[in-house]
Amino acid sequence: MDAFLNLFADNTIFNPTTLMHYWSGFVMTVQLVFLALVIGLFIALPLGILRTSSNPFVRLPIWAFVYFFRGTPLLIQLYLIYYGTAQIKGIQDTIFWNILSEAFYPCLIAFVLNTAAYTTEIIRGAIEATPKGEIEAAKAYGMSAAKRMQRIILPSALRRGLPAYANEVIFMLHASSIASVVTIVDLTGAARDIYARYYAPFEAFLFVAAIYLCLTFALIFMFRSIENKVMAHTKPLS
Amino acid sequence: MIDLHGYGPSIFQGAILTIEVAVLSLILALMLGLAGAIAKLSKNPFARTIATIYTTVIRGVPDLVLMLLIFFGGQMMMNEFSDWLYDEFEIDMFFNIDEFIAGVVTIGFIFGAYMAETFRGAFQSVNAGQIEAGYAYGMNRRQVFFRISFPQMMRHALPGLGNNWLVMLKTTALVSIIGLADMVRLASEAAKAVHEPFTFLIPVAFVYLALTAVSEWILGRLQVKYSAGVAKG
Repeated sequence: MDAFLNLFADNTIFNPTTLMHYWSGFVMTVQLVFLALVIGLFIALPLGILRTSSNPFVRLPIWAFVYFFRGTPLLIQLYLIYYGTAQIKGIQDTIFWNILSEAFYPCLIAFVLNTAAYTTEIIRGAIEATPKGEIEAAKAYGMSAAKRMQRIILPSALRRGLPAYANEVIFMLHASSIASVVTIVDLTGAARDIYARYYAPFEAFLFVAAIYLCLTFALIFMFRSIENKVMAHTKPLS
Repeated sequence: MIDLHGYGPSIFQGAILTIEVAVLSLILALMLGLAGAIAKLSKNPFARTIATIYTTVIRGVPDLVLMLLIFFGGQMMMNEFSDWLYDEFEIDMFFNIDEFIAGVVTIGFIFGAYMAETFRGAFQSVNAGQIEAGYAYGMNRRQVFFRISFPQMMRHALPGLGNNWLVMLKTTALVSIIGLADMVRLASEAAKAVHEPFTFLIPVAFVYLALTAVSEWILGRLQVKYSAGVAKG
Protein backbone atom coordinates (compact mmCIF):
# COMPACT_ATOMS: atom_id res chain seq x y z
CA MET A 1 0.00 0.00 0.00
CA ASP A 2 2.85 2.36 0.85
CA ALA A 3 4.47 1.67 -2.47
CA PHE A 4 1.17 2.42 -4.12
CA LEU A 5 0.82 5.74 -2.28
CA ASN A 6 4.41 6.64 -3.09
CA LEU A 7 3.53 6.37 -6.75
CA PHE A 8 1.17 9.28 -6.27
CA ALA A 9 3.27 11.18 -3.73
CA ASP A 10 5.22 13.41 -6.07
CA ASN A 11 3.28 13.08 -9.25
CA THR A 12 3.19 16.04 -11.51
CA ILE A 13 1.12 14.39 -14.22
CA PHE A 14 -2.21 13.78 -12.54
CA ASN A 15 -2.86 17.33 -11.34
CA PRO A 16 -6.25 19.06 -11.51
CA THR A 17 -5.59 20.48 -14.99
CA THR A 18 -4.83 17.14 -16.61
CA LEU A 19 -7.63 15.42 -14.72
CA MET A 20 -10.06 18.00 -16.09
CA HIS A 21 -8.61 17.36 -19.54
CA TYR A 22 -9.28 13.64 -19.10
CA TRP A 23 -12.77 14.44 -17.84
CA SER A 24 -13.64 16.51 -20.91
CA GLY A 25 -12.26 13.70 -23.05
CA PHE A 26 -14.47 11.25 -21.18
CA VAL A 27 -17.53 13.43 -21.78
CA MET A 28 -16.66 13.67 -25.49
CA THR A 29 -16.23 9.90 -25.85
CA VAL A 30 -19.49 9.13 -24.06
CA GLN A 31 -21.33 11.75 -26.10
CA LEU A 32 -19.99 10.52 -29.44
CA VAL A 33 -20.61 6.85 -28.70
CA PHE A 34 -24.07 7.39 -27.24
CA LEU A 35 -25.29 9.62 -30.08
CA ALA A 36 -23.79 7.31 -32.73
CA LEU A 37 -25.44 4.24 -31.20
CA VAL A 38 -28.88 5.82 -30.75
CA ILE A 39 -29.02 7.35 -34.24
CA GLY A 40 -27.44 4.23 -35.74
CA LEU A 41 -30.06 2.00 -34.15
CA PHE A 42 -32.88 4.18 -35.52
CA ILE A 43 -31.42 3.83 -39.02
CA ALA A 44 -30.62 0.14 -38.66
CA LEU A 45 -34.05 -1.03 -37.51
CA PRO A 46 -35.94 -0.21 -40.75
CA LEU A 47 -32.91 -1.19 -42.85
CA GLY A 48 -32.67 -4.55 -41.09
CA ILE A 49 -36.34 -5.25 -41.75
CA LEU A 50 -36.14 -4.15 -45.39
CA ARG A 51 -32.94 -6.18 -45.85
CA THR A 52 -35.06 -9.34 -45.50
CA SER A 53 -37.45 -8.12 -48.23
CA SER A 54 -37.87 -10.33 -51.28
CA ASN A 55 -37.75 -7.33 -53.64
CA PRO A 56 -34.17 -7.08 -55.00
CA PHE A 57 -34.47 -3.31 -55.56
CA VAL A 58 -34.99 -2.90 -51.82
CA ARG A 59 -32.64 -5.65 -50.68
CA LEU A 60 -29.59 -5.05 -52.86
CA PRO A 61 -28.91 -1.35 -52.08
CA ILE A 62 -29.04 -2.16 -48.37
CA TRP A 63 -26.76 -5.15 -48.95
CA ALA A 64 -24.27 -2.87 -50.76
CA PHE A 65 -24.39 -0.27 -47.95
CA VAL A 66 -23.79 -2.92 -45.31
CA TYR A 67 -21.06 -4.64 -47.33
CA PHE A 68 -19.17 -1.40 -47.88
CA PHE A 69 -19.31 -0.20 -44.29
CA ARG A 70 -18.51 -3.59 -42.79
CA GLY A 71 -15.77 -4.37 -45.32
CA THR A 72 -13.69 -1.19 -45.05
CA PRO A 73 -11.83 0.22 -42.03
CA LEU A 74 -13.63 2.87 -40.00
CA LEU A 75 -10.54 5.04 -40.38
CA ILE A 76 -11.08 5.18 -44.16
CA GLN A 77 -14.75 6.01 -43.68
CA LEU A 78 -13.80 8.77 -41.27
CA TYR A 79 -11.24 10.22 -43.69
CA LEU A 80 -13.72 10.00 -46.56
CA ILE A 81 -16.34 11.96 -44.64
CA TYR A 82 -13.98 14.33 -42.85
CA TYR A 83 -11.74 15.27 -45.80
CA GLY A 84 -14.14 14.27 -48.54
CA THR A 85 -17.14 16.42 -47.68
CA ALA A 86 -14.95 19.51 -47.43
CA GLN A 87 -13.92 19.07 -51.06
CA ILE A 88 -17.41 18.90 -52.53
CA LYS A 89 -17.75 21.95 -54.78
CA GLY A 90 -19.92 24.70 -53.37
CA ILE A 91 -20.59 23.01 -50.03
CA GLN A 92 -18.83 25.81 -48.19
CA ASP A 93 -21.57 28.21 -49.27
CA THR A 94 -24.45 26.08 -48.00
CA ILE A 95 -25.86 25.82 -44.51
CA PHE A 96 -24.35 22.29 -44.20
CA TRP A 97 -20.94 23.84 -43.89
CA ASN A 98 -21.74 25.15 -40.39
CA ILE A 99 -22.13 21.54 -39.34
CA LEU A 100 -19.39 19.91 -41.39
CA SER A 101 -16.62 22.40 -40.69
CA GLU A 102 -16.31 21.18 -37.11
CA ALA A 103 -14.59 17.83 -36.64
CA PHE A 104 -17.34 16.53 -34.34
CA TYR A 105 -20.11 16.13 -36.93
CA PRO A 106 -18.19 14.42 -39.74
CA CYS A 107 -16.90 12.05 -37.09
CA LEU A 108 -20.38 11.43 -35.73
CA ILE A 109 -21.70 10.78 -39.25
CA ALA A 110 -18.95 8.24 -39.90
CA PHE A 111 -19.67 6.47 -36.60
CA VAL A 112 -23.44 6.49 -37.20
CA LEU A 113 -23.11 4.97 -40.68
CA ASN A 114 -20.62 2.37 -39.44
CA THR A 115 -22.68 1.22 -36.48
CA ALA A 116 -25.87 1.33 -38.58
CA ALA A 117 -24.30 -1.11 -41.04
CA TYR A 118 -23.19 -3.56 -38.34
CA THR A 119 -26.52 -3.29 -36.51
CA THR A 120 -28.49 -3.85 -39.74
CA GLU A 121 -26.63 -7.11 -40.20
CA ILE A 122 -27.34 -8.14 -36.60
CA ILE A 123 -31.06 -7.42 -37.00
CA ARG A 124 -31.19 -9.26 -40.33
CA GLY A 125 -29.54 -12.30 -38.80
CA ALA A 126 -31.93 -12.26 -35.86
CA ILE A 127 -35.01 -11.90 -38.09
CA GLU A 128 -33.91 -14.74 -40.36
CA ALA A 129 -33.38 -16.99 -37.35
CA THR A 130 -37.05 -16.75 -36.38
CA PRO A 131 -38.44 -20.29 -36.09
CA LYS A 132 -40.62 -21.10 -39.12
CA GLY A 133 -43.37 -22.56 -36.95
CA GLU A 134 -43.96 -19.22 -35.22
CA ILE A 135 -44.47 -17.48 -38.56
CA GLU A 136 -46.76 -20.23 -39.84
CA ALA A 137 -48.79 -20.06 -36.64
CA ALA A 138 -49.16 -16.30 -37.05
CA LYS A 139 -50.27 -16.78 -40.66
CA ALA A 140 -52.76 -19.41 -39.55
CA TYR A 141 -54.19 -16.87 -37.13
CA GLY A 142 -54.77 -14.61 -40.12
CA MET A 143 -52.23 -11.92 -39.20
CA SER A 144 -51.09 -9.60 -41.98
CA ALA A 145 -47.37 -9.28 -42.80
CA ALA A 146 -47.13 -6.04 -40.80
CA LYS A 147 -48.88 -7.55 -37.79
CA ARG A 148 -46.60 -10.61 -37.96
CA MET A 149 -43.55 -8.38 -37.98
CA GLN A 150 -44.85 -6.28 -35.10
CA ARG A 151 -46.22 -9.03 -32.88
CA ILE A 152 -44.20 -12.16 -33.65
CA ILE A 153 -40.96 -11.57 -35.51
CA LEU A 154 -39.59 -8.34 -34.04
CA PRO A 155 -40.13 -9.04 -30.34
CA SER A 156 -38.28 -12.33 -30.49
CA ALA A 157 -35.68 -11.18 -33.05
CA LEU A 158 -34.69 -8.16 -30.98
CA ARG A 159 -34.16 -10.40 -27.97
CA ARG A 160 -32.10 -12.82 -30.05
CA GLY A 161 -29.99 -9.98 -31.41
CA LEU A 162 -29.18 -8.57 -27.99
CA PRO A 163 -25.92 -10.45 -27.26
CA ALA A 164 -24.51 -9.53 -30.68
CA TYR A 165 -25.66 -5.94 -30.18
CA ALA A 166 -23.86 -5.80 -26.83
CA ASN A 167 -20.66 -6.73 -28.68
CA GLU A 168 -21.34 -4.02 -31.25
CA VAL A 169 -21.75 -1.40 -28.49
CA ILE A 170 -18.39 -2.36 -26.98
CA PHE A 171 -16.82 -2.40 -30.43
CA MET A 172 -18.17 1.14 -31.01
CA LEU A 173 -16.75 2.33 -27.69
CA HIS A 174 -13.33 1.03 -28.69
CA ALA A 175 -13.59 2.25 -32.27
CA SER A 176 -14.44 5.76 -31.04
CA SER A 177 -10.79 6.13 -30.02
CA ILE A 178 -9.91 6.93 -33.62
CA ALA A 179 -11.84 10.21 -33.30
CA SER A 180 -8.60 11.49 -31.82
CA VAL A 181 -7.03 11.25 -35.28
CA VAL A 182 -9.18 14.09 -36.63
CA THR A 183 -8.30 16.53 -33.82
CA ILE A 184 -11.21 15.60 -31.54
CA VAL A 185 -10.18 15.52 -27.88
CA ASP A 186 -11.90 12.35 -26.70
CA LEU A 187 -10.38 10.08 -24.04
CA THR A 188 -7.61 8.92 -26.37
CA GLY A 189 -7.10 12.47 -27.62
CA ALA A 190 -6.70 13.69 -24.04
CA ALA A 191 -4.15 10.94 -23.38
CA ARG A 192 -2.22 11.91 -26.50
CA ASP A 193 -2.18 15.56 -25.40
CA ILE A 194 -0.94 14.63 -21.95
CA TYR A 195 1.67 12.27 -23.40
CA ALA A 196 2.93 15.09 -25.63
CA ARG A 197 2.95 17.58 -22.75
CA TYR A 198 4.80 15.44 -20.16
CA TYR A 199 6.43 12.81 -22.38
CA ALA A 200 5.04 10.13 -20.07
CA PRO A 201 3.54 7.41 -22.26
CA PHE A 202 2.87 4.87 -19.50
CA GLU A 203 1.01 7.21 -17.18
CA ALA A 204 -0.96 8.86 -19.98
CA PHE A 205 -2.05 5.75 -21.87
CA LEU A 206 -2.38 3.27 -19.00
CA PHE A 207 -4.73 5.70 -17.27
CA VAL A 208 -7.10 5.91 -20.25
CA ALA A 209 -6.76 2.17 -20.81
CA ALA A 210 -8.07 1.71 -17.25
CA ILE A 211 -10.98 4.09 -17.93
CA TYR A 212 -11.90 2.24 -21.13
CA LEU A 213 -11.69 -1.05 -19.24
CA CYS A 214 -14.10 0.24 -16.58
CA LEU A 215 -16.49 1.53 -19.25
CA THR A 216 -16.34 -1.85 -21.03
CA PHE A 217 -17.10 -3.72 -17.81
CA ALA A 218 -19.97 -1.37 -17.02
CA LEU A 219 -21.46 -2.01 -20.48
CA ILE A 220 -21.00 -5.78 -20.18
CA PHE A 221 -22.70 -5.73 -16.78
CA MET A 222 -25.55 -3.56 -18.06
CA PHE A 223 -26.23 -5.76 -21.09
CA ARG A 224 -26.00 -8.92 -19.01
CA SER A 225 -28.70 -7.66 -16.66
CA ILE A 226 -30.91 -6.61 -19.59
CA GLU A 227 -30.40 -10.04 -21.14
CA ASN A 228 -31.33 -11.77 -17.91
CA LYS A 229 -34.51 -9.73 -17.81
CA VAL A 230 -35.70 -10.15 -21.40
CA MET A 231 -34.54 -13.74 -21.80
CA ALA A 232 -35.96 -14.88 -18.46
CA HIS A 233 -38.57 -17.07 -20.20
CA THR A 234 -35.84 -19.16 -21.85
CA LYS A 235 -34.19 -20.07 -18.54
CA PRO A 236 -35.01 -23.41 -16.94
CA LEU A 237 -37.25 -23.25 -13.87
CA SER A 238 -35.84 -23.89 -10.39
CA MET B 1 -9.24 5.13 -65.55
CA ILE B 2 -8.82 7.19 -62.40
CA ASP B 3 -5.97 9.69 -62.47
CA LEU B 4 -3.87 8.99 -59.38
CA HIS B 5 -1.45 11.87 -60.13
CA GLY B 6 1.53 9.50 -60.10
CA TYR B 7 0.78 8.22 -56.60
CA GLY B 8 -0.46 4.86 -57.91
CA PRO B 9 2.78 2.84 -57.51
CA SER B 10 3.43 4.10 -53.98
CA ILE B 11 -0.12 3.29 -52.90
CA PHE B 12 0.34 -0.16 -54.40
CA GLN B 13 3.48 -0.53 -52.26
CA GLY B 14 1.33 0.53 -49.31
CA ALA B 15 -1.19 -2.19 -50.13
CA ILE B 16 1.60 -4.78 -50.09
CA LEU B 17 2.71 -3.45 -46.71
CA THR B 18 -0.87 -3.71 -45.38
CA ILE B 19 -0.98 -7.35 -46.43
CA GLU B 20 2.43 -8.02 -44.88
CA VAL B 21 1.40 -6.47 -41.56
CA ALA B 22 -1.88 -8.41 -41.59
CA VAL B 23 -0.31 -11.80 -42.40
CA LEU B 24 2.57 -11.47 -39.92
CA SER B 25 0.19 -10.31 -37.19
CA LEU B 26 -2.06 -13.25 -38.01
CA ILE B 27 0.79 -15.71 -37.47
CA LEU B 28 1.71 -14.07 -34.15
CA ALA B 29 -1.95 -13.91 -33.07
CA LEU B 30 -2.53 -17.58 -33.89
CA MET B 31 0.49 -18.63 -31.82
CA LEU B 32 -0.45 -16.40 -28.89
CA GLY B 33 -4.08 -17.47 -29.18
CA LEU B 34 -3.26 -21.16 -29.11
CA ALA B 35 -0.92 -20.66 -26.15
CA GLY B 36 -3.56 -18.56 -24.40
CA ALA B 37 -6.30 -21.13 -24.97
CA ILE B 38 -4.13 -24.00 -23.72
CA ALA B 39 -3.18 -21.91 -20.66
CA LYS B 40 -6.84 -21.07 -19.98
CA LEU B 41 -7.82 -24.73 -20.11
CA SER B 42 -4.82 -25.98 -18.13
CA LYS B 43 -4.98 -27.19 -14.56
CA ASN B 44 -2.21 -24.82 -13.49
CA PRO B 45 -3.93 -21.90 -11.68
CA PHE B 46 -1.03 -19.54 -12.37
CA ALA B 47 -1.18 -20.07 -16.15
CA ARG B 48 -4.96 -19.79 -16.04
CA THR B 49 -4.86 -16.47 -14.19
CA ILE B 50 -2.25 -14.96 -16.51
CA ALA B 51 -4.21 -16.03 -19.59
CA THR B 52 -7.50 -14.74 -18.16
CA ILE B 53 -5.96 -11.35 -17.35
CA TYR B 54 -4.46 -11.23 -20.85
CA THR B 55 -7.71 -11.96 -22.67
CA THR B 56 -9.87 -9.76 -20.42
CA VAL B 57 -7.68 -6.68 -20.33
CA ILE B 58 -6.73 -6.70 -23.99
CA ARG B 59 -10.31 -7.15 -25.15
CA GLY B 60 -11.45 -4.34 -22.86
CA VAL B 61 -9.12 -1.64 -24.18
CA PRO B 62 -9.24 0.02 -27.64
CA ASP B 63 -6.64 -1.17 -30.17
CA LEU B 64 -5.44 2.35 -30.80
CA VAL B 65 -4.70 3.02 -27.11
CA LEU B 66 -2.71 -0.21 -26.85
CA MET B 67 -0.88 0.61 -30.04
CA LEU B 68 0.10 4.08 -28.83
CA LEU B 69 1.11 2.61 -25.47
CA ILE B 70 3.34 -0.05 -27.00
CA PHE B 71 4.80 2.27 -29.61
CA PHE B 72 5.57 5.29 -27.40
CA GLY B 73 6.03 3.35 -24.19
CA GLY B 74 8.23 0.76 -25.89
CA GLN B 75 10.46 3.51 -27.24
CA MET B 76 10.80 5.03 -23.79
CA MET B 77 11.69 1.66 -22.28
CA MET B 78 14.28 1.13 -24.99
CA ASN B 79 15.77 4.58 -24.30
CA GLU B 80 16.00 3.83 -20.60
CA PHE B 81 17.55 0.47 -21.38
CA SER B 82 20.22 2.03 -23.58
CA ASP B 83 20.93 4.68 -20.90
CA TRP B 84 21.31 1.91 -18.36
CA LEU B 85 23.64 -0.01 -20.67
CA TYR B 86 25.78 3.10 -21.04
CA ASP B 87 25.87 3.87 -17.31
CA GLU B 88 26.62 0.35 -16.23
CA PHE B 89 28.80 -1.04 -18.96
CA GLU B 90 29.71 2.01 -21.05
CA ILE B 91 28.14 0.32 -24.05
CA ASP B 92 26.92 2.95 -26.43
CA MET B 93 23.90 1.53 -28.19
CA PHE B 94 20.70 3.06 -29.37
CA PHE B 95 17.54 1.11 -30.10
CA ASN B 96 14.84 2.54 -32.25
CA ILE B 97 11.40 0.99 -32.19
CA ASP B 98 10.59 0.27 -35.77
CA GLU B 99 7.00 1.19 -36.71
CA PHE B 100 6.63 -2.01 -38.69
CA ILE B 101 7.64 -4.24 -35.78
CA ALA B 102 5.61 -2.17 -33.30
CA GLY B 103 2.57 -2.45 -35.55
CA VAL B 104 2.88 -6.20 -36.11
CA VAL B 105 3.61 -6.93 -32.45
CA THR B 106 0.73 -4.78 -31.23
CA ILE B 107 -1.86 -6.15 -33.61
CA GLY B 108 -0.65 -9.71 -33.08
CA PHE B 109 -0.74 -9.23 -29.33
CA ILE B 110 -4.27 -7.76 -29.38
CA PHE B 111 -5.75 -10.37 -31.68
CA GLY B 112 -3.97 -13.14 -29.80
CA ALA B 113 -6.47 -12.40 -27.02
CA TYR B 114 -9.46 -12.74 -29.38
CA MET B 115 -7.98 -15.89 -30.93
CA ALA B 116 -7.45 -17.37 -27.46
CA GLU B 117 -11.16 -17.00 -26.72
CA THR B 118 -12.08 -18.56 -30.07
CA PHE B 119 -9.71 -21.49 -29.59
CA ARG B 120 -10.86 -22.02 -26.00
CA GLY B 121 -14.49 -22.29 -27.09
CA ALA B 122 -13.52 -24.62 -29.92
CA PHE B 123 -11.48 -26.94 -27.68
CA GLN B 124 -14.42 -27.14 -25.31
CA SER B 125 -16.80 -28.15 -28.07
CA VAL B 126 -14.73 -31.23 -28.98
CA ASN B 127 -16.69 -34.25 -27.83
CA ALA B 128 -15.26 -35.39 -24.47
CA GLY B 129 -16.07 -39.03 -25.31
CA GLN B 130 -13.65 -38.93 -28.22
CA ILE B 131 -10.85 -37.69 -26.01
CA GLU B 132 -11.60 -40.45 -23.48
CA ALA B 133 -11.61 -42.94 -26.33
CA GLY B 134 -8.18 -41.70 -27.35
CA TYR B 135 -6.81 -42.32 -23.86
CA ALA B 136 -8.53 -45.70 -23.81
CA TYR B 137 -6.56 -46.60 -26.96
CA GLY B 138 -3.40 -45.91 -24.98
CA MET B 139 -2.50 -42.59 -26.61
CA ASN B 140 -0.57 -40.15 -24.44
CA ARG B 141 -1.63 -36.55 -23.91
CA ARG B 142 0.44 -35.25 -26.81
CA GLN B 143 -1.04 -37.81 -29.20
CA VAL B 144 -4.58 -37.07 -28.05
CA PHE B 145 -3.94 -33.36 -28.58
CA PHE B 146 -2.49 -33.66 -32.09
CA ARG B 147 -4.66 -36.54 -33.36
CA ILE B 148 -8.04 -35.81 -31.78
CA SER B 149 -8.44 -32.41 -30.10
CA PHE B 150 -6.57 -30.21 -32.55
CA PRO B 151 -8.06 -31.33 -35.90
CA GLN B 152 -11.61 -31.24 -34.56
CA MET B 153 -11.01 -28.01 -32.71
CA MET B 154 -10.04 -26.36 -36.01
CA ARG B 155 -13.44 -27.13 -37.48
CA HIS B 156 -15.23 -25.41 -34.61
CA ALA B 157 -12.73 -22.55 -34.50
CA LEU B 158 -12.73 -21.73 -38.20
CA PRO B 159 -15.77 -19.40 -38.36
CA GLY B 160 -14.47 -17.46 -35.35
CA LEU B 161 -10.95 -17.32 -36.76
CA GLY B 162 -12.33 -16.05 -40.04
CA ASN B 163 -14.18 -13.25 -38.29
CA ASN B 164 -11.10 -12.31 -36.29
CA TRP B 165 -9.04 -12.22 -39.47
CA LEU B 166 -11.52 -9.91 -41.20
CA VAL B 167 -11.56 -7.56 -38.20
CA MET B 168 -7.78 -7.70 -38.02
CA LEU B 169 -7.39 -6.84 -41.68
CA LYS B 170 -9.31 -3.62 -41.06
CA THR B 171 -7.43 -2.92 -37.84
CA THR B 172 -4.18 -2.78 -39.79
CA ALA B 173 -5.37 0.62 -41.03
CA LEU B 174 -4.49 1.93 -37.56
CA VAL B 175 -0.74 1.40 -38.17
CA SER B 176 -0.95 4.49 -40.39
CA ILE B 177 -1.52 6.53 -37.21
CA ILE B 178 1.81 5.52 -35.68
CA GLY B 179 3.57 6.49 -38.88
CA LEU B 180 3.81 3.31 -40.92
CA ALA B 181 3.48 3.98 -44.64
CA ASP B 182 0.58 1.61 -45.33
CA MET B 183 -1.94 2.32 -48.06
CA VAL B 184 -4.21 4.35 -45.79
CA ARG B 185 -1.43 6.73 -44.85
CA LEU B 186 -0.14 7.07 -48.41
CA ALA B 187 -3.63 7.64 -49.75
CA SER B 188 -4.51 10.22 -47.14
CA GLU B 189 -1.23 12.06 -47.70
CA ALA B 190 -1.78 12.04 -51.44
CA ALA B 191 -5.35 13.20 -50.87
CA LYS B 192 -4.16 16.17 -48.80
CA ALA B 193 -1.46 17.06 -51.33
CA VAL B 194 -3.76 17.03 -54.36
CA HIS B 195 -6.98 18.07 -52.55
CA GLU B 196 -8.89 15.16 -54.04
CA PRO B 197 -9.78 12.84 -51.15
CA PHE B 198 -12.25 10.68 -53.06
CA THR B 199 -9.78 9.89 -55.85
CA PHE B 200 -7.42 8.20 -53.40
CA LEU B 201 -9.55 6.99 -50.53
CA ILE B 202 -12.25 5.23 -52.55
CA PRO B 203 -9.79 2.98 -54.45
CA VAL B 204 -8.15 2.11 -51.13
CA ALA B 205 -11.57 1.27 -49.67
CA PHE B 206 -12.15 -1.03 -52.63
CA VAL B 207 -8.79 -2.75 -52.08
CA TYR B 208 -10.01 -3.57 -48.56
CA LEU B 209 -13.31 -4.84 -49.98
CA ALA B 210 -11.41 -7.01 -52.46
CA LEU B 211 -9.19 -8.40 -49.70
CA THR B 212 -12.31 -9.15 -47.65
CA ALA B 213 -13.98 -10.89 -50.58
CA VAL B 214 -10.90 -13.03 -51.31
CA SER B 215 -10.59 -13.91 -47.62
CA GLU B 216 -14.25 -14.94 -47.46
CA TRP B 217 -13.77 -17.21 -50.47
CA ILE B 218 -10.68 -18.87 -48.97
CA LEU B 219 -12.43 -19.28 -45.63
CA GLY B 220 -15.36 -20.93 -47.37
CA ARG B 221 -12.98 -23.43 -48.98
CA LEU B 222 -11.23 -24.12 -45.67
CA GLN B 223 -14.60 -24.64 -44.01
CA VAL B 224 -15.43 -27.30 -46.59
CA LYS B 225 -12.07 -28.98 -46.02
CA TYR B 226 -12.32 -29.05 -42.23
CA SER B 227 -15.96 -30.16 -42.28
CA ALA B 228 -14.97 -33.39 -44.02
CA GLY B 229 -16.83 -36.28 -42.43
CA VAL B 230 -19.50 -34.14 -40.79
CA ALA B 231 -23.11 -34.84 -41.73
CA LYS B 232 -24.80 -31.71 -43.03
CA GLY B 233 -28.04 -30.73 -41.33
